[in-house]
Amino acid sequence: MSIQIIPTATAAENALAEAFREAKANLPGTASVAEQRAQAFEAFARAGLPNRRIEAWHYTDLRNLMRRALPLAPLPSQAQIAKLAAEAAELPSPRLVLVDGVFAPDLSGPLPAGVKVTSLAAALAEGEPALIEGLAAAWAEADDAMVSLNAALMQDGLVIDVAPGTVLEAPLHIVYATVASEPAARFSRSLVRVGAGATFRLNEMSLGQGGRTGQTNNVLIFDIGDNANVAHSLSLTGTEPNSLRLETFLVKVGARAKFDSFALITGAGLVRRQIYKLFNGADAKASLRGVSLLRGREHADTTLFVRHSAPGCEGRQNFRYILDDEATGVFQGKIVVDRIAQKTDGRMLAKALVLSDEATMNSRPELEIFADDVACGHGATIGGLSEDQLFYLQSRGLPAHEAEALLLEAFAAELVDEIGDEDLIAAYRADVAAWLAGRADA
Amino acid sequence: MLEVKNLSVSIGDREILKDLNLTVADGEVAAIMGPNGSGKSTLSYVIAGKRDYEVTSGEVLLDGENVLDLSADERAAKGLFLAFQYPVEIPGVTTMTFLKATLNAIRRQRGEPELSIPDFMKRVNAAAAKLDIKSDLLKRAVNVGFSGGEKKRMDIFQMAFLEPRFAILDETDSGLDIDALRIVADGVNALRTKTRSFLVITHYQRLLEYIVPDKVHVMAGGRIVRSGSKELALELEKNGYRDYVEAEVA
Repeated sequence: MSIQIIPTATAAENALAEAFREAKANLPGTASVAEQRAQAFEAFARAGLPNRRIEAWHYTDLRNLMRRALPLAPLPSQAQIAKLAAEAAELPSPRLVLVDGVFAPDLSGPLPAGVKVTSLAAALAEGEPALIEGLAAAWAEADDAMVSLNAALMQDGLVIDVAPGTVLEAPLHIVYATVASEPAARFSRSLVRVGAGATFRLNEMSLGQGGRTGQTNNVLIFDIGDNANVAHSLSLTGTEPNSLRLETFLVKVGARAKFDSFALITGAGLVRRQIYKLFNGADAKASLRGVSLLRGREHADTTLFVRHSAPGCEGRQNFRYILDDEATGVFQGKIVVDRIAQKTDGRMLAKALVLSDEATMNSRPELEIFADDVACGHGATIGGLSEDQLFYLQSRGLPAHEAEALLLEAFAAELVDEIGDEDLIAAYRADVAAWLAGRADA
Repeated sequence: MLEVKNLSVSIGDREILKDLNLTVADGEVAAIMGPNGSGKSTLSYVIAGKRDYEVTSGEVLLDGENVLDLSADERAAKGLFLAFQYPVEIPGVTTMTFLKATLNAIRRQRGEPELSIPDFMKRVNAAAAKLDIKSDLLKRAVNVGFSGGEKKRMDIFQMAFLEPRFAILDETDSGLDIDALRIVADGVNALRTKTRSFLVITHYQRLLEYIVPDKVHVMAGGRIVRSGSKELALELEKNGYRDYVEAEVA
């Protein structure tokens, strides 16, 4: 006798199935895209919401944490978009604005020479095979239920093509704005294809209430050509306590290319960033940095999969957390070095300052090395502020709370200062200072 | 004037300072010499306000006020300064930011307005010139990646910048080569006034050739066991601390 165990679907899983059934006829794309969506949803349904038995989700048990699935955000009306015009005009440019996940060309611009942008919806409707393949980003490592769910439900996003050799002086900003009056779910997927030798910087930010409420599942795919030089930064600030934000980041780094990415998370209902970084050309350099500042019952998870599939690449992963109250921080980082990837230089470091007895930090760095001539290392520290540093500052006249604030700010700012763009450093430092000021007021 | 009266201090069960008495008059440079483990650094930390110690009895009076009731930053605002034996690295905070934060915090505690940026810069540059500190050093994080000697020099630079009323120099000579020692000593000597006092803690007589003390105190076993003029330092250099250590054991 054989017993087949069928786990009962949760209310959220059922609601997602319902949402897909209702929405699928109206989601953008050709018939073959629709077929891919159906397959992707099937893959999600088979796996269900990730839970603690899935190693990569061990510390963020979504099956347990995601009690309900919100309805899909309706398409923003022209009137709603027009209302944002004044606010959008104040934003830095060039910029690309997404309203509830939908590209709003009227709020965006001006596009610099060498950069071509289409909306994901338009790209899916055209169904160009190379583009669809790029969007699928179906690497074995990214076999993840929430990425599958995104593939099934992606509403819109951006396809950005940067022509080979293009050099952009000013950063290109992606702005996420929200207008839906009720908390809603948003699924966006964007693809950035960077031609060989291009140099540019992409900054992701939120406008007003952007991303604060509701459930967001964003996928951003970077395909970086040989010798390109790309910098990226992301600010996830001020989300509501019961919001859910999933950010998947897939990066392929070409030969001799340079890639640098920084993310700041301050205020997070539940945030999960998962980053898949693949070195598939020799002698590239890529660094990932992040700072998470958490309080209340916030939960922020950063999970990295870094794969070296080409020789001579340098990978740097440096993440910091400050945890107060009952907040939970998660860092998981796995570096895999394939046999072919000789002379890999990989480093990973996670540091957490835990300021309260009720806060929790889970840190799990891993190395899997199949090449024999590599220099790889990882480290993780979890602790409080240094008594010696505090006393040194106090002995120079700083009251205890000011000494503490200065040290906390410095801990975060050390990574912010490596962004490499003065305006963005100032903006991110201001976000850090605002978080610390909120702490002092509490 | 600083008066230490009947001060006894413990860490856990271990008594480190035993009924210690010491007076440093206004404008005086007093040296404390003594063997390792005699409690010299503990005395400096307790005066500065480190909390790891339990004061079991006694007082530390600065101009008649018992500072033991004050936090370390309040003591700094009263004009106390400790140059550390091992100055601490503060990654992520440039020396410039640090100087501004400390001076403004002290001025706030004293009810004085914050210094304007030009006045602040004047004060930084004046102190930097005294200690031969290059301006690029001020843009780097506090003490990070500095040699032992550079750290000591930066601490004395901070002292020159903050202009304290009473400064303790804890083993400031250790780790300094002869040129750096001269720069540091010149910096200290330039700050000597009729009202500013110094307590110079050192293991060796060498520093006292450059910073000539008004008084020398010998510390052993948690007490001041002998006091005298600057010649006492020369005698110690010749005979070592053996007599005092043996006396303590007996």
